[in-house]
Amino acid sequence: AQNVPNSDWEKKVTEYFKEKLKENNATNWVPSLNDVPVHYLKPNSLVKFRCMVQDMFDPEFYMGVYETVDPNTNARVLHFGKYRDVAECGVSCTSYTNFEMKIRQKDATFYCVPVPGESAWVKEISFFASQARVSPSTSYTPSRHKRSYEEDEDMDLHPSKQKEQHMGNSCCSGGDIHGCVEPKRLETEASAGHHLIAPNCSPPLDLNFPLPGEKGPACLVKVYESWDSFKVNDVLEVYGILSVDPVLSIVNNEERDSSALDPMECMDTAEEQRVHSPPASLVPRIHVILAQKLQHINPLLPACLNEEESKTFVSNFMSELSPVRAELLGFLTHALLGDSLAAEYLILHLISTVYARRDVLPLGKFTVNLSGCPRNSIFTEHIYRIIQQLVPASYRLQMTIENMNQSRFIPHKDYTANRLVSGVLQLASNTSLVVDETQLEQGQLDTTGVHNVTALGNLITWQKVDYDFNYHQMEFPCNINVLITSEGRSLLPSDCQVHLQPQIIPPNMEEYINSLLTAVLPSVLNKFRIYLSLLRLLDYSISDEVTKAVEEDFVEMRKNDPESITADDLHRTLLVARFLSLSAGQTTLSRERWLRAKQLEALRKARLQQQKCVNGNEL
Amino acid sequence: LAAQDARSPPSQKRRTDDSTSTGDLQPMPTSPPLDAQSPGAPDALFSSPPQFRHSAIPLDFDISSPLTYGTPSSRVEGTPRSGVRGTPVRQRPDLGSVRKARQVDLHSDGLAEDVVGTEQSLGQKLVIWGTDVNVASCKEKFQRFLQRFIDPVAKEDEDIGLDLNEPRYMQRLEEINMVGEPFLNVNCDHLRSFDENLYRQLVCYPQEVIPTFDMAANEIFFDRFPDSILEHQIQVRPYNALKTRNMRSLNPEDIDQLITISGMVIRSSQLIPEMQEAFFKCQVCAFTTRVEIDRGRIAEPSVCKNCNTTHSMALIHNRSMFSDKQMIKLQESPEDMPAGQTPHTVALFAHNDLVDKVQPGDRVNVTGIYRAVPIRVNPRISSVKSVYKTHIDVIHYRKTDAKRLHGVDEETEQKMFTEERVEILKELSKKADIFERLSSALAPSIYEHEDIKKGILLQLFGGSRKDFTRTGRGNFRAEINILLCGDPGTSKSQLLQYVYNLVPRGQYTSGKGSSAVGLTAYVMKDPETRQLVLQTGALVLSDNGICCIDEFDKMNESTRSVLHEVMEQQTLSIAKAGIICQLNARTSILAAANPIESQWNPKKTTIENIQLPHTLLSRFDLIFLMLDPRDEAYDRRLARHLVSLYYQSEEQMEEEYMDMAVLRDYIAYARSYINPRLSEEASQALIEAYVDMRKIGSGRGMVSAYPRQLESLIRLAEAHAKVRFSEKVETIDVEEAKRLHREALKQSATDPRTGIVDISILTTGMSATARKRKEELAQALRKLIQSKGRTPALKYQQLFDDLRAQSDTAVTKEMFEEALRALADDDFLTVTGKTVRLL
Repeated sequence: AQNVPNSDWEKKVTEYFKEKLKENNATNWVPSLNDVPVHYLKPNSLVKFRCMVQDMFDPEFYMGVYETVDPNTNARVLHFGKYRDVAECGVSCTSYTNFEMKIRQKDATFYCVPVPGESAWVKEISFFASQARVSPSTSYTPSRHKRSYEEDEDMDLHPSKQKEQHMGNSCCSGGDIHGCVEPKRLETEASAGHHLIAPNCSPPLDLNFPLPGEKGPACLVKVYESWDSFKVNDVLEVYGILSVDPVLSIVNNEERDSSALDPMECMDTAEEQRVHSPPASLVPRIHVILAQKLQHINPLLPACLNEEESKTFVSNFMSELSPVRAELLGFLTHALLGDSLAAEYLILHLISTVYARRDVLPLGKFTVNLSGCPRNSIFTEHIYRIIQQLVPASYRLQMTIENMNQSRFIPHKDYTANRLVSGVLQLASNTSLVVDETQLEQGQLDTTGVHNVTALGNLITWQKVDYDFNYHQMEFPCNINVLITSEGRSLLPSDCQVHLQPQIIPPNMEEYINSLLTAVLPSVLNKFRIYLSLLRLLDYSISDEVTKAVEEDFVEMRKNDPESITADDLHRTLLVARFLSLSAGQTTLSRERWLRAKQLEALRKARLQQQKCVNGNEL
Repeated sequence: LAAQDARSPPSQKRRTDDSTSTGDLQPMPTSPPLDAQSPGAPDALFSSPPQFRHSAIPLDFDISSPLTYGTPSSRVEGTPRSGVRGTPVRQRPDLGSVRKARQVDLHSDGLAEDVVGTEQSLGQKLVIWGTDVNVASCKEKFQRFLQRFIDPVAKEDEDIGLDLNEPRYMQRLEEINMVGEPFLNVNCDHLRSFDENLYRQLVCYPQEVIPTFDMAANEIFFDRFPDSILEHQIQVRPYNALKTRNMRSLNPEDIDQLITISGMVIRSSQLIPEMQEAFFKCQVCAFTTRVEIDRGRIAEPSVCKNCNTTHSMALIHNRSMFSDKQMIKLQESPEDMPAGQTPHTVALFAHNDLVDKVQPGDRVNVTGIYRAVPIRVNPRISSVKSVYKTHIDVIHYRKTDAKRLHGVDEETEQKMFTEERVEILKELSKKADIFERLSSALAPSIYEHEDIKKGILLQLFGGSRKDFTRTGRGNFRAEINILLCGDPGTSKSQLLQYVYNLVPRGQYTSGKGSSAVGLTAYVMKDPETRQLVLQTGALVLSDNGICCIDEFDKMNESTRSVLHEVMEQQTLSIAKAGIICQLNARTSILAAANPIESQWNPKKTTIENIQLPHTLLSRFDLIFLMLDPRDEAYDRRLARHLVSLYYQSEEQMEEEYMDMAVLRDYIAYARSYINPRLSEEASQALIEAYVDMRKIGSGRGMVSAYPRQLESLIRLAEAHAKVRFSEKVETIDVEEAKRLHREALKQSATDPRTGIVDISILTTGMSATARKRKEELAQALRKLIQSKGRTPALKYQQLFDDLRAQSDTAVTKEMFEEALRALADDDFLTVTGKTVRLL
């Protein structure tokens, strides 16, 4: 290894892996940290990880190339320091070995967590996809499917046995890219859930997941190239080398003894040490070779829609779009107790996305307030379960006084530990946030509560969250679909209020929804999922002709009823028209769609009016 | 202690050509301990392996050598405390150890390098090992700089008491003589303009060059003031190195170089005593020795030099020397951060005097040397982590907050605008329609409302600050306050959001959520230090900026009362928990209020519609109504505008973002450089305008303008002159100010009953006609009661009905009660419950 370091090799490494991963579904062969517990993975093997950047640590300088000197033989050896945590020196390593830095390079470390609120089906399908090498079919067995929505949360705990089998199989057929499992460990290791109780540190380290009750590995991702292009809350898929060097864990134990000796250690508090170099068994490191931002995390869709093969996928799907839409509408109508108008609006809501920002105005957000929900019933919970089945990531926020006062929604910087402590509102783009206002009782909101409500309001109106950095605030734009369920009009702002008019009141809601879910075929459900994810990514335009027509229409409407038609109404109708066109697979606005949008709006408004009258009479 | 440190060669990278040097690497025939001491690996110039000898070290002991400066070994105790020799040298832990630096002769064949350059004659050939610094010439150059440098662009306010035509740093030395603070701060920018090469050397090899500077400064100083007594020798502290400004751009190449970065202090540690010199005593023969710390390590003597016993030397802690040290975390300032990323931090080490100079929350410019240290995984395991810890040894702090950030800070301001940018801005300012251009660039997504945008634009520029403290009137407010009221859904909030995003020191609060505390400031006890800390609220934070307050009407009474002081005096007084202070809050206020009945009632006055106290309203320079115009052409344009929002391509939007940047720069430039004064004609025009305004009112027996309105007019005119980059306020500025003021008045101060502009709606909360009507009613009521003869008490309802029957206009209950109150005030009657008693 006496060679002159060649900077080209770094490029070649990336190129090599890029090429290799393109070949016949090689990506599926790489074990994913999302599915496989860390201790089943071989250290220093190639892994992938689908995650969200939760925090960015300070960039570090590492030894690009270093030299070791053997004190006995005086032999000097050059090593590469990239893609590793610990500089090693081979067999002849003694405590007298000297390390001499030859080339310094800079990298960035991201603290990554699995995509918050990722639906069980996403995990499941991608898990099966990675098993493709064992059984090529991606369809699942009914038993597994049924379990998925009844025991979502247990998903990670129980199937370890099945995984063991799968992994056992894969070991026999293992290729050269992915790592093998050490079969010995399988019996002895506990399930993934035990990860949280690390033997090395007490009290257990807070892994800083945005949502309460989340599991899954957090990871320190080291990025070597173009880290400037990544942002907090980006969803990434990284391919890299897993590093779980036990030496890194020892650091934690011994740090306290050694800190007195080494003057350099006083730089960080113990707190910061714990957070920035947690035990590797708990928070593994990934040295990234390839990293890409994901447009979506739906495993049923090709990851990148611009490629040639994915284009055929898209056009195939578009051709059978209208039956899917009809079916989805029917499904949602049932779910919303027979209210087809609400179902229509729910579809529009689910495919909405912030597609641009005009100075401060986010365009394309479509927050729906579903009012008239039965109070204190399990209805909202079921609505959430259905949404969970349809979108890749979602979270149900229960707006109780307690919840509002006790939890901190906004992420804030903890300066002692030097990290961004996450909050519920730190979510990836296109996450569905279902705010359940039916649970809200009368009561006193304290300062935290007021802050939380304000933050929620800002999120809905401006699609941004002001993270609290103690001395100042920083604005992070987001793109979150908020659905508010409430009894009356919500106290939160919303773009559009739909009052629910149930046609049927099932005696047992739970049974009703369960039967609804079992009735829908898994393949149909998958189509719904593709439908919702795909339509979000389409482009859209309005022709000059239609613009004229819209103008005329607006002027006309104002003439007839100047009191009730405002610019806001035009805004909303344009949005409805946009999503209505997209939901039918049309990328331009047609006259018919515009009229249909107006009609929908009229129906919705009439309902609100009617509701007002009813309330008025009651008073 | 004997463990060897894996050490980076401090100068390996920066010398000559790197690629060749790495290629030529050959095994060094040295033992590990020696290797660690060698400051650098050989490079192309010295391709043969250099031979370092232990014997070289004793040779270092030469007090006249610059390289021994800063070592306590040279200290002479008990000598008279003056003169170069007499004044003790203080070690500079900020520079690290310099003793090991060696000089090499460039012209010898690169073999006998360990000659220590003590003789000046060798001067030209000798350079410090690993650098191209020649001590003698470097010293000479710096002395020349000190003696001759006159700042050509110096500004009076920066250096009070300095004669700008005399050499600047000689005056500084004089100051040191008088004050006795032995630190000489040197602006690197000055050095650069004086001697580019010397500056480069300073930035690249600070560890070597700064001690040389120290020596040079001391020689001059003690030459001039031989009798001066200082605590220790003068230390030179360079600042404002241009190398780096942003934490994000720190690179491996910057290691061991002099850098300046700005940021905000977020945490500072307790004081850490750091050993500088260890004191060892032989347990056998009591022989003592001092060992200097070298890069954080103590080389424990293994053999006693006196009695030759091995391992007999013991460390005596209380005779060792320690210096103060403090760890500080610096976070990059919010302005430097790209959107969507979290801020970076960097660790600083402050030594000696610089300990405790900054507090968390301070914004500082730090000049120091960037360092990288390897992290050992475990002291017992030899492997090291492949990453390095980095920190900065602080040489100089410069606080940027307090006065500096607000006033014109030369260094940072000039950096903000490149010359081309200034050209572009000036070019723009010459355009005749610049005012219209800028106002249409403001919040393009909000449709029309041209006058409101113009008003806000003027607010962004602000008037000129006038100081009348000497005549006892205090500061005149230069900030323009604007209130927007009107129907919900007329994009008031959006406008506020836009402004908040546009200005660098903007704050956005909502009247609903904010308390008085959140707006002003509150005192907090720091749980760690038990120290009281003043936490500032939105108004103080937006000092010199704009505070946007949404839902102004929803704000509670006590919170609103805080604004009274802020909006006129531009200060905030706090008396809480033993802290009594007055903070500056020179902030413009942009507020938005919704009408009390959710829809604007055109039949009511502004005050009645928004129910705000008139004392507060009169503090707003402009009050705009944002009403929904009922007009077909308007609707059509609005529709087109909105539709275009929904399909315009990304690129078109990009263009507008560009505009926002230009607009921001334009405003920042005007705010900091343009300070217009009233011209003769303009003042005349203003006087006329004011007299006219008063005349209009007086004709109908009411006053339609007050001095406050005149002040508003002046501010608006000044702001308009700023828009034109004009140093003079001219008649056109006054015209526009008048027009805008009138527009705003027309909208907000029109008496809905008579349709006449009446300023007293804003100043007294009631129009003159309404006041007149009130008086009439009271008189009618008095007559009515008197007509009833001498009854001691009357039924309330009865009286009300009688009055209604008698009066020809509709009398509401409120009017009736008001009339009763007026009579009660005149001691005519009292109202108790449902009966009215006469007095």
